[in-house]
Amino acid sequence: MDEILAVLTGNGASKNSWGYIILDYRLPKAITAILAGSGLAIAGLLMQTLFRNPLAGPFVLGLSSGASLGVAILILGAGAFGGFFGSLLLSQWSLVIASALGSFLVLLAVLAITFRVKDTMAILIIGLMFGSVTAAIVAVLSYFSNAEQLQQYIFWSFGSLGNQSWQGVLILAVCCIAGLILSIMSSKSLNALLLGENYAKSMGLRMKRTTFIVIVATSILAGSITAFAGPIAFVGLAVPHVTRQFFKTSNHLVLLPAVFLCGSILMLLCDTVAQLPFSEYTLPINAITSLLGAPVVIWLLVRKRKLLF
Amino acid sequence: MTSEKKHPILTAENLSVGYIHKKAQTVVAEKINFEVTEGQLIGIVGTNGIGKSTLLRTLSGMQPKLHGNISIGGKPLSNYSEIEMATQLSVVLTEMPASKNLSVLEMVSLGRQPYTNWIGTLSSTDKRIIKEALAATETGKFSQKKCFELSDGQLQRVAIARALAQDTPIIILDEPTTHLDLYHRAYVLKMLKKLASEKKKTILFSTHEIDLAIQLSDTMLVMAKDNTFYDSPCNLIEDGTFNSLFPEETIGFDRKTGRFMIK
Repeated sequence: MDEILAVLTGNGASKNSWGYIILDYRLPKAITAILAGSGLAIAGLLMQTLFRNPLAGPFVLGLSSGASLGVAILILGAGAFGGFFGSLLLSQWSLVIASALGSFLVLLAVLAITFRVKDTMAILIIGLMFGSVTAAIVAVLSYFSNAEQLQQYIFWSFGSLGNQSWQGVLILAVCCIAGLILSIMSSKSLNALLLGENYAKSMGLRMKRTTFIVIVATSILAGSITAFAGPIAFVGLAVPHVTRQFFKTSNHLVLLPAVFLCGSILMLLCDTVAQLPFSEYTLPINAITSLLGAPVVIWLLVRKRKLLF
Repeated sequence: MTSEKKHPILTAENLSVGYIHKKAQTVVAEKINFEVTEGQLIGIVGTNGIGKSTLLRTLSGMQPKLHGNISIGGKPLSNYSEIEMATQLSVVLTEMPASKNLSVLEMVSLGRQPYTNWIGTLSSTDKRIIKEALAATETGKFSQKKCFELSDGQLQRVAIARALAQDTPIIILDEPTTHLDLYHRAYVLKMLKKLASEKKKTILFSTHEIDLAIQLSDTMLVMAKDNTFYDSPCNLIEDGTFNSLFPEETIGFDRKTGRFMIK
C-alpha cells in the first residue's frame, strides 16, 4: 500500500517494474474506467430524458451497434487498402472517428424517425432493428475478412479498459469533457423536457437546437468510449435508474454529477471483478457489466413495478 | 359589466385553424373572430372534434395558423420569439407530465424557466412567485409529494400552479376539467374565475361543462359547425346560440334554466 502511494506521489518504488505497472498500466486503466462508466451513464441519462423513455440508452438505441459498425468497417475493411495506408487507418484517432461517426449516423437515423413516428416505444424498437441490421452487416464483413482482422475486431468487441496509452486516455478525457460540458449546458432544457415536448416548447425551449446538442453530446460520449473501450453494455441503461433511486430526484443539475459518480464507481467495481483478483486472468469487461447490470434492471422492475424517470 | 375602454390583449381576426400535411391544408375551424381584454375568463365550448384543441394549440403557437391574424398586445404572434412568447402565454395541456418522478415543487419551479439563467438558478423573486402560485392553487401542503402520488384533481391544480409560476398575462387551458368529479370541476373553474378577477389574468379554457362555463365565464366562444360565436353568456342565451350546438332532436337548450335537456 505504501509502495503504491509512493509511486503515485512520484517518490519511486523499491522495484522499477512496480512503478511501471502502476503508472503505465493500472492508473490509465482506472482513469479509463472512470471516464467510460461516467460517460456511458450520462449518455444513458440524456437519451432517457430526450426520448422520455426509461428504456432508452446508448445500447438499446443502437448507438453502440453503430459504433461497432464503424469500427468493423475500419478494421475489417482496412485489409482492402492494404500496407501502409491500412496501418495509418488503424491509428487510435481513426478508430475514435469511425466509432463516433458510426454512432452519430445511427442516432441521426433514429432521430429522423423520431420526427415522423411519435410513439416512443416504436422508436426503441426501430433502434433495436438498427442494431440487428448493423450486426448483420458486421457478420457479412467478418465472413470476408481474414483471421487476424477478425480476432482484432472480436477483442475490441469484448470491451477492454486496459492497454490504453496515456495519449489515448488524454483523447478519451477530452471527448468525455466535451460531452460533459454539452450535457451541463443542456441541463435546464432537459429539466423542461421532463414535462414533455409541448410544455417545454411553451416555456420557450428551442426544441430542434436542444435535440441537436443532446444528440451531439451523446454521440461524442458513447462514440469515443466505444472506440476506446469497446461496446460496454447496460451501464448507460442501469446507472441512471439506480441513481434516481438513491437521490430521489429528476432534476438534472443533481442527477448529472450523481450519475457521473455512480457510473464511475460501478465501472471501477466491474473492472475489479473483471480483473479476477488473485488470478492471472482478465475477463472481458462487456460480459461483467451485463452480468451485473441486467439483474439490477430486473430487480428495479420487480421491486418498483415501474421505471420512473 | 364595466364600460371602461380596455386594451385588447389577445385578438383573432378571420382566423382559420387546422393542419398542414404534405402541403394539403385541412381546415378544422374557420372565420374565428374575437377580442379578449385583461382579466377575462373565456370559456370555449363545442362538440368533440369541432376544433377547440386545434384553436388553443394555434393560439399558443404550437402549430401554425392557416389564415387570418392572431396578435398579443397588438403585436402579431409571428413577431414573438420563443422566449418572449413564454413570458406572454402559459399553457395547461391535457397531457400528463412526461416524468411522474417530479415533485410538485420541482414541477411548479419549472414554470420559472423563461426567467432563469442558463443553468436555471432560482432567484428570491422566482421563489416568491413559486410560493404565491402554490398558495393560489392550495397545492403548498403537498409540495414535496411526487406527481405519481397525486390524484387527478391535485395534479390538475399543480399544472395550473406551474402555469401561474410562469407569470404570464394569458393562460390557456385545454379541457382542464376532464377526468375530474363534479366537486373538482367546480373547484377548478371557480379557481380560474378568481385568478382572472383578482390577478387580472386573461384565461381561456375549453370545456364540455357548458352549464358551469355559462355560470362562470365573462365571455364565451361557441364553436358550432359552420360558425363561431363570441359574446357574453347572457347574450348567447338570448340569441339561442346554444341550440345550434348539438343536433336538436337529441339535446335542446332551455333558456329559463340555462341548462341542456335531453329530448
